[in-house]
Amino acid sequence: MAKRDIPEINAGSMADIAFLLLIFFLVTTTMDTDSGVFRKLPEIQPDNTEAPPVKMKNILEVNINRFDQLLIDEEEVKIEDVRQAAIDFIDNGGGTYEGKACDYCGGEKKEASSDHPGKAIIAVQTAQTTSYGMYISVQNELLAAYTELRNRYAKKYLTGKYKGLSYSDLLNLQKNDKENDDIKAALTKIKKAYPEILSDAEPIK
Amino acid sequence: MSKFGKKKKDVPAVNTAALPDIVFMLLFFFMVATTMRETTLQIKPPKLPSATEVKKLEHKSLVSTIYVGKSKNPSAGKGDKIQLNDKISGVNDVTNFIYSERDKHDAEEQKAMVTSIKADLKTNVGTISDIKHELRTINALKISYSSGTGDVSNNFK
Repeated sequence: MAKRDIPEINAGSMADIAFLLLIFFLVTTTMDTDSGVFRKLPEIQPDNTEAPPVKMKNILEVNINRFDQLLIDEEEVKIEDVRQAAIDFIDNGGGTYEGKACDYCGGEKKEASSDHPGKAIIAVQTAQTTSYGMYISVQNELLAAYTELRNRYAKKYLTGKYKGLSYSDLLNLQKNDKENDDIKAALTKIKKAYPEILSDAEPIK
Repeated sequence: MSKFGKKKKDVPAVNTAALPDIVFMLLFFFMVATTMRETTLQIKPPKLPSATEVKKLEHKSLVSTIYVGKSKNPSAGKGDKIQLNDKISGVNDVTNFIYSERDKHDAEEQKAMVTSIKADLKTNVGTISDIKHELRTINALKISYSSGTGDVSNNFK
Protein backbone atom coordinates (compact mmCIF):
# COMPACT_ATOMS: atom_id res chain seq x y z
CA MET A 1 0.00 0.00 0.00
CA ALA A 2 1.39 3.30 -0.96
CA LYS A 3 1.06 5.69 1.91
CA ARG A 4 -0.01 9.02 0.54
CA ASP A 5 0.15 12.38 2.21
CA ILE A 6 -3.21 14.07 2.57
CA PRO A 7 -2.83 17.34 0.69
CA GLU A 8 -3.11 20.40 2.84
CA ILE A 9 -6.27 22.46 2.38
CA ASN A 10 -5.46 25.92 1.24
CA ALA A 11 -6.77 28.27 3.91
CA GLY A 12 -5.44 31.39 2.31
CA SER A 13 -8.88 32.74 1.40
CA MET A 14 -10.41 32.05 4.78
CA ALA A 15 -9.41 35.53 5.88
CA ASP A 16 -11.21 36.99 2.89
CA ILE A 17 -14.41 35.18 3.77
CA ALA A 18 -14.17 36.28 7.38
CA PHE A 19 -13.55 39.87 6.34
CA LEU A 20 -16.58 39.77 4.09
CA LEU A 21 -18.78 38.61 6.97
CA LEU A 22 -17.23 41.16 9.29
CA ILE A 23 -17.94 44.02 6.91
CA PHE A 24 -21.50 42.78 6.42
CA PHE A 25 -22.11 42.91 10.17
CA LEU A 26 -20.44 46.29 10.50
CA VAL A 27 -22.79 47.75 7.93
CA THR A 28 -26.09 46.18 8.94
CA THR A 29 -25.93 46.54 12.70
CA THR A 30 -25.95 49.44 15.10
CA MET A 31 -24.27 49.76 18.40
CA ASP A 32 -26.04 52.69 19.99
CA THR A 33 -28.12 51.76 22.99
CA ASP A 34 -31.19 53.88 23.29
CA SER A 35 -31.41 56.13 26.30
CA GLY A 36 -33.93 58.72 27.28
CA VAL A 37 -35.99 60.56 29.84
CA PHE A 38 -38.34 58.06 31.41
CA ARG A 39 -41.94 58.98 32.18
CA LYS A 40 -45.03 57.04 33.06
CA LEU A 41 -48.25 58.28 31.52
CA PRO A 42 -51.37 58.46 33.66
CA GLU A 43 -54.14 56.00 32.98
CA ILE A 44 -57.21 57.30 31.25
CA GLN A 45 -59.92 58.02 33.80
CA PRO A 46 -63.56 57.39 33.06
CA ASP A 47 -65.37 60.55 31.99
CA ASN A 48 -67.43 60.91 35.12
CA THR A 49 -64.44 60.87 37.50
CA GLU A 50 -64.18 64.02 39.46
CA ALA A 51 -60.77 65.48 40.07
CA PRO A 52 -59.75 65.11 43.70
CA PRO A 53 -59.85 68.40 45.59
CA VAL A 54 -56.45 70.05 45.55
CA LYS A 55 -55.59 73.36 47.14
CA MET A 56 -54.19 75.91 44.75
CA LYS A 57 -51.13 76.40 46.89
CA ASN A 58 -50.20 72.76 46.39
CA ILE A 59 -49.92 73.20 42.63
CA LEU A 60 -46.90 74.69 40.93
CA GLU A 61 -47.98 75.68 37.47
CA VAL A 62 -45.23 75.68 34.89
CA ASN A 63 -46.43 77.27 31.70
CA ILE A 64 -44.51 77.16 28.42
CA ASN A 65 -46.00 79.37 25.77
CA ARG A 66 -45.72 79.02 22.02
CA PHE A 67 -42.63 81.21 21.91
CA ASP A 68 -40.92 78.85 24.37
CA GLN A 69 -41.12 81.38 27.19
CA LEU A 70 -41.52 80.07 30.69
CA LEU A 71 -43.95 81.16 33.36
CA ILE A 72 -43.90 79.68 36.83
CA ASP A 73 -46.91 80.76 38.88
CA GLU A 74 -47.44 83.75 36.56
CA GLU A 75 -43.85 84.90 36.79
CA GLU A 76 -41.46 84.81 33.87
CA VAL A 77 -38.36 82.71 34.57
CA LYS A 78 -35.40 81.29 32.72
CA ILE A 79 -34.83 77.57 32.25
CA GLU A 80 -31.87 77.67 34.64
CA ASP A 81 -34.17 78.79 37.45
CA VAL A 82 -36.74 76.02 37.02
CA ARG A 83 -34.86 73.48 39.10
CA GLN A 84 -34.47 75.74 42.10
CA ALA A 85 -38.08 76.94 41.87
CA ALA A 86 -39.27 73.32 41.84
CA ILE A 87 -37.05 72.39 44.79
CA ASP A 88 -38.27 75.35 46.82
CA PHE A 89 -41.86 74.43 46.05
CA ILE A 90 -41.64 70.67 46.78
CA ASP A 91 -39.47 71.06 49.81
CA ASN A 92 -41.49 73.85 51.39
CA GLY A 93 -43.33 71.63 53.86
CA GLY A 94 -45.62 74.31 55.23
CA GLY A 95 -48.43 72.00 56.29
CA THR A 96 -49.25 68.38 56.99
CA TYR A 97 -49.82 65.23 54.95
CA GLU A 98 -51.81 62.33 56.40
CA GLY A 99 -51.72 64.20 59.69
CA LYS A 100 -47.98 64.54 59.83
CA ALA A 101 -45.80 67.56 59.24
CA CYS A 102 -42.80 67.16 56.98
CA ASP A 103 -39.90 66.74 59.40
CA TYR A 104 -37.26 66.12 56.71
CA CYS A 105 -38.09 69.13 54.57
CA GLY A 106 -35.53 71.88 54.37
CA GLY A 107 -37.83 74.53 52.92
CA GLU A 108 -38.96 77.83 54.28
CA LYS A 109 -42.34 76.52 55.47
CA LYS A 110 -44.16 79.37 53.79
CA GLU A 111 -47.91 79.54 54.17
CA ALA A 112 -48.46 80.27 50.47
CA SER A 113 -46.45 77.34 49.11
CA SER A 114 -46.95 73.57 49.22
CA ASP A 115 -47.95 71.66 52.35
CA HIS A 116 -45.88 68.54 51.97
CA PRO A 117 -43.84 66.77 49.24
CA GLY A 118 -46.58 64.13 49.16
CA LYS A 119 -49.11 66.75 48.17
CA ALA A 120 -47.03 69.02 45.95
CA ILE A 121 -48.14 68.74 42.35
CA ILE A 122 -46.19 70.22 39.48
CA ALA A 123 -48.39 70.83 36.46
CA VAL A 124 -46.81 71.52 33.10
CA GLN A 125 -48.97 73.38 30.64
CA THR A 126 -47.76 73.78 27.08
CA ALA A 127 -49.09 75.31 23.91
CA GLN A 128 -49.67 73.29 20.75
CA THR A 129 -46.61 74.74 19.05
CA THR A 130 -44.19 74.75 21.96
CA SER A 131 -40.96 73.14 20.82
CA TYR A 132 -40.21 69.63 21.96
CA GLY A 133 -36.68 70.62 22.97
CA MET A 134 -38.02 73.15 25.44
CA TYR A 135 -40.58 70.70 26.78
CA ILE A 136 -37.94 68.04 27.41
CA SER A 137 -35.66 70.60 29.02
CA VAL A 138 -38.37 71.53 31.50
CA GLN A 139 -39.23 67.88 32.18
CA ASN A 140 -35.55 67.20 32.73
CA GLU A 141 -35.13 70.09 35.14
CA LEU A 142 -38.18 69.00 37.14
CA LEU A 143 -36.92 65.41 37.34
CA ALA A 144 -33.51 66.75 38.34
CA ALA A 145 -35.16 68.65 41.18
CA TYR A 146 -36.70 65.44 42.49
CA THR A 147 -33.39 63.61 42.13
CA GLU A 148 -31.59 66.33 44.05
CA LEU A 149 -34.10 66.21 46.91
CA ARG A 150 -34.04 62.42 46.98
CA ASN A 151 -30.24 62.40 47.05
CA ARG A 152 -30.25 64.75 49.99
CA TYR A 153 -32.88 62.73 51.83
CA ALA A 154 -31.03 59.44 51.21
CA LYS A 155 -27.72 60.79 52.46
CA LYS A 156 -29.30 62.08 55.61
CA TYR A 157 -31.81 59.44 56.59
CA LEU A 158 -30.68 56.07 55.26
CA THR A 159 -29.41 53.76 57.96
CA GLY A 160 -27.78 50.35 57.99
CA LYS A 161 -25.56 49.21 55.16
CA TYR A 162 -26.61 51.94 52.75
CA LYS A 163 -25.84 54.74 55.18
CA GLY A 164 -24.35 57.75 53.46
CA LEU A 165 -25.26 56.69 49.93
CA SER A 166 -27.32 58.92 47.70
CA TYR A 167 -30.38 57.99 45.67
CA SER A 168 -28.34 57.93 42.45
CA ASP A 169 -25.78 55.62 44.08
CA LEU A 170 -28.57 53.24 45.02
CA LEU A 171 -29.95 53.26 41.48
CA ASN A 172 -26.48 52.35 40.22
CA LEU A 173 -26.28 49.54 42.75
CA GLN A 174 -29.63 48.25 41.64
CA LYS A 175 -28.42 48.02 38.05
CA ASN A 176 -25.95 45.30 39.02
CA ASP A 177 -28.21 43.59 41.51
CA LYS A 178 -31.78 43.73 40.28
CA GLU A 179 -33.44 41.34 42.73
CA ASN A 180 -31.97 42.78 45.90
CA ASP A 181 -34.90 43.46 48.24
CA ASP A 182 -32.86 45.66 50.58
CA ILE A 183 -32.11 48.11 47.79
CA LYS A 184 -35.73 48.01 46.68
CA ALA A 185 -36.92 48.78 50.20
CA ALA A 186 -34.50 51.67 50.52
CA LEU A 187 -35.57 53.09 47.16
CA THR A 188 -39.24 52.78 48.06
CA LYS A 189 -38.61 54.65 51.27
CA ILE A 190 -36.91 57.50 49.44
CA LYS A 191 -39.59 57.62 46.77
CA LYS A 192 -42.25 57.77 49.44
CA ALA A 193 -40.57 60.76 51.04
CA TYR A 194 -40.42 62.61 47.72
CA PRO A 195 -42.96 61.09 45.35
CA GLU A 196 -42.74 62.27 41.77
CA ILE A 197 -46.01 64.05 41.05
CA LEU A 198 -45.75 65.60 37.62
CA SER A 199 -48.81 66.30 35.60
CA ASP A 200 -49.06 67.15 31.91
CA ALA A 201 -52.01 69.18 30.81
CA GLU A 202 -53.38 68.95 27.28
CA PRO A 203 -51.71 71.62 25.14
CA ILE A 204 -53.69 74.79 24.53
CA LYS A 205 -54.84 74.90 20.93
CA MET B 1 32.68 44.26 -0.54
CA SER B 2 31.51 40.80 -1.35
CA LYS B 3 31.14 40.25 2.34
CA PHE B 4 28.13 42.52 2.36
CA GLY B 5 26.73 41.25 -0.90
CA LYS B 6 26.44 37.75 0.46
CA LYS B 7 24.06 38.85 3.18
CA LYS B 8 21.28 39.69 0.73
CA LYS B 9 18.58 37.08 1.15
CA ASP B 10 14.93 36.66 0.22
CA VAL B 11 12.54 38.26 2.70
CA PRO B 12 10.68 35.36 4.33
CA ALA B 13 6.90 35.35 3.76
CA VAL B 14 4.93 36.59 6.76
CA ASN B 15 2.86 33.81 8.21
CA THR B 16 -0.76 34.82 7.85
CA ALA B 17 -2.28 31.63 9.20
CA ALA B 18 -3.57 33.43 12.30
CA LEU B 19 -5.20 36.22 10.33
CA PRO B 20 -8.55 34.43 9.94
CA ASP B 21 -8.60 33.83 13.69
CA ILE B 22 -8.18 37.52 14.38
CA VAL B 23 -10.84 38.47 11.89
CA PHE B 24 -13.25 35.88 13.26
CA MET B 25 -12.69 37.23 16.71
CA LEU B 26 -13.63 40.71 15.53
CA LEU B 27 -16.60 39.25 13.70
CA PHE B 28 -17.93 37.52 16.79
CA PHE B 29 -17.44 40.68 18.82
CA PHE B 30 -19.59 42.66 16.44
CA MET B 31 -22.20 39.94 16.17
CA VAL B 32 -22.63 39.90 19.93
CA ALA B 33 -22.28 43.58 20.76
CA THR B 34 -24.53 45.07 18.10
CA THR B 35 -28.10 44.74 17.01
CA MET B 36 -29.63 44.73 13.56
CA ARG B 37 -30.72 48.01 12.08
CA GLU B 38 -34.46 47.58 11.86
CA THR B 39 -35.75 50.59 10.07
CA THR B 40 -34.67 52.93 7.37
CA LEU B 41 -35.61 56.45 8.25
CA GLN B 42 -38.21 58.12 6.08
CA ILE B 43 -37.87 61.31 8.07
CA LYS B 44 -34.80 63.47 8.35
CA PRO B 45 -32.61 62.02 11.10
CA PRO B 46 -34.03 63.60 14.24
CA LYS B 47 -31.77 65.83 16.28
CA LEU B 48 -32.46 64.44 19.74
CA PRO B 49 -32.64 66.70 22.78
CA SER B 50 -30.05 66.42 25.51
CA ALA B 51 -30.93 65.82 29.12
CA THR B 52 -29.16 64.95 32.34
CA GLU B 53 -31.75 62.61 33.86
CA VAL B 54 -31.47 59.90 31.21
CA LYS B 55 -31.90 56.21 31.76
CA LYS B 56 -30.72 53.45 29.45
CA LEU B 57 -33.30 51.22 27.85
CA GLU B 58 -32.38 47.74 28.92
CA HIS B 59 -34.02 45.17 26.68
CA LYS B 60 -33.90 46.23 23.11
CA SER B 61 -36.52 43.75 21.94
CA LEU B 62 -39.07 45.22 24.35
CA VAL B 63 -38.70 48.72 22.98
CA SER B 64 -40.98 50.00 20.23
CA THR B 65 -39.69 53.13 18.63
CA ILE B 66 -41.77 55.94 17.21
CA TYR B 67 -39.92 58.50 15.13
CA VAL B 68 -41.16 62.05 14.79
CA GLY B 69 -39.68 64.68 12.53
CA LYS B 70 -39.83 66.36 9.15
CA SER B 71 -40.20 64.21 6.07
CA LYS B 72 -37.19 63.59 3.84
CA ASN B 73 -39.42 63.63 0.82
CA PRO B 74 -40.74 67.15 0.15
CA SER B 75 -43.86 65.83 -1.60
CA ALA B 76 -45.09 64.39 1.71
CA GLY B 77 -45.74 67.94 2.82
CA LYS B 78 -44.42 70.07 5.61
CA GLY B 79 -45.15 69.62 9.28
CA ASP B 80 -44.27 66.89 11.71
CA LYS B 81 -44.47 63.35 10.45
CA ILE B 82 -44.71 60.19 12.50
CA GLN B 83 -42.82 57.15 11.32
CA LEU B 84 -43.84 53.68 12.46
CA ASN B 85 -41.81 50.73 11.20
CA ASP B 86 -40.74 51.68 7.71
CA LYS B 87 -43.34 54.16 6.65
CA ILE B 88 -44.81 57.50 7.57
CA SER B 89 -48.17 57.06 9.24
CA GLY B 90 -50.92 59.04 10.85
CA VAL B 91 -51.37 59.33 14.57
CA ASN B 92 -54.31 56.89 14.45
CA ASP B 93 -51.98 54.07 13.37
CA VAL B 94 -50.03 54.29 16.62
CA THR B 95 -52.46 51.98 18.43
CA ASN B 96 -52.19 49.30 15.75
CA PHE B 97 -48.44 49.64 15.75
CA ILE B 98 -48.26 49.05 19.49
CA TYR B 99 -50.66 46.10 19.23
CA SER B 100 -48.46 44.49 16.57
CA GLU B 101 -45.39 45.08 18.72
CA ARG B 102 -47.15 43.50 21.69
CA ASP B 103 -48.07 40.42 19.67
CA LYS B 104 -44.39 39.54 19.40
CA HIS B 105 -44.09 38.99 23.14
CA ASP B 106 -45.87 36.92 25.76
CA ALA B 107 -48.02 38.40 28.50
CA GLU B 108 -45.24 38.56 31.07
CA GLU B 109 -42.92 40.53 28.80
CA GLN B 110 -45.68 42.84 27.60
CA LYS B 111 -45.78 44.50 31.00
CA ALA B 112 -42.16 45.58 30.62
CA MET B 113 -42.59 47.04 27.15
CA VAL B 114 -41.49 50.62 26.66
CA THR B 115 -42.33 53.02 23.87
CA SER B 116 -39.40 55.18 22.90
CA ILE B 117 -40.25 58.47 21.22
CA LYS B 118 -37.44 59.71 19.04
CA ALA B 119 -38.45 63.18 18.13
CA ASP B 120 -36.60 66.12 16.70
CA LEU B 121 -35.91 69.14 18.89
CA LYS B 122 -38.09 71.35 16.74
CA THR B 123 -41.15 69.12 16.80
CA ASN B 124 -44.33 70.64 18.19
CA VAL B 125 -45.42 69.42 21.59
CA GLY B 126 -48.93 69.07 20.13
CA THR B 127 -47.79 66.17 17.94
CA ILE B 128 -46.12 64.45 20.87
CA SER B 129 -49.21 65.01 22.98
CA ASP B 130 -51.40 63.37 20.32
CA ILE B 131 -49.14 60.32 20.35
CA LYS B 132 -49.23 60.20 24.13
CA HIS B 133 -53.00 60.34 24.04
CA GLU B 134 -53.13 57.36 21.67
CA LEU B 135 -50.71 55.44 23.89
CA ARG B 136 -52.86 56.11 26.93
CA THR B 137 -55.98 54.75 25.24
CA ILE B 138 -54.34 51.34 24.89
CA ASN B 139 -52.52 51.42 28.22
CA ALA B 140 -49.00 51.63 26.82
CA LEU B 141 -47.98 53.89 29.66
CA LYS B 142 -44.23 53.46 29.86
CA ILE B 143 -42.55 55.92 27.60
CA SER B 144 -39.09 57.23 27.14
CA TYR B 145 -38.31 60.50 25.42
CA SER B 146 -35.17 59.46 23.62
CA SER B 147 -32.39 61.92 24.33
CA GLY B 148 -28.66 62.16 24.52
CA THR B 149 -26.68 62.91 27.63
CA GLY B 150 -25.72 66.51 28.02
CA ASP B 151 -26.70 69.82 29.45
CA VAL B 152 -30.15 71.13 28.59
CA SER B 153 -28.64 74.34 27.26
CA ASN B 154 -27.69 72.31 24.16
CA ASN B 155 -31.38 72.22 23.32
CA PHE B 156 -31.51 75.90 22.46
CA LYS B 157 -28.49 76.26 20.21
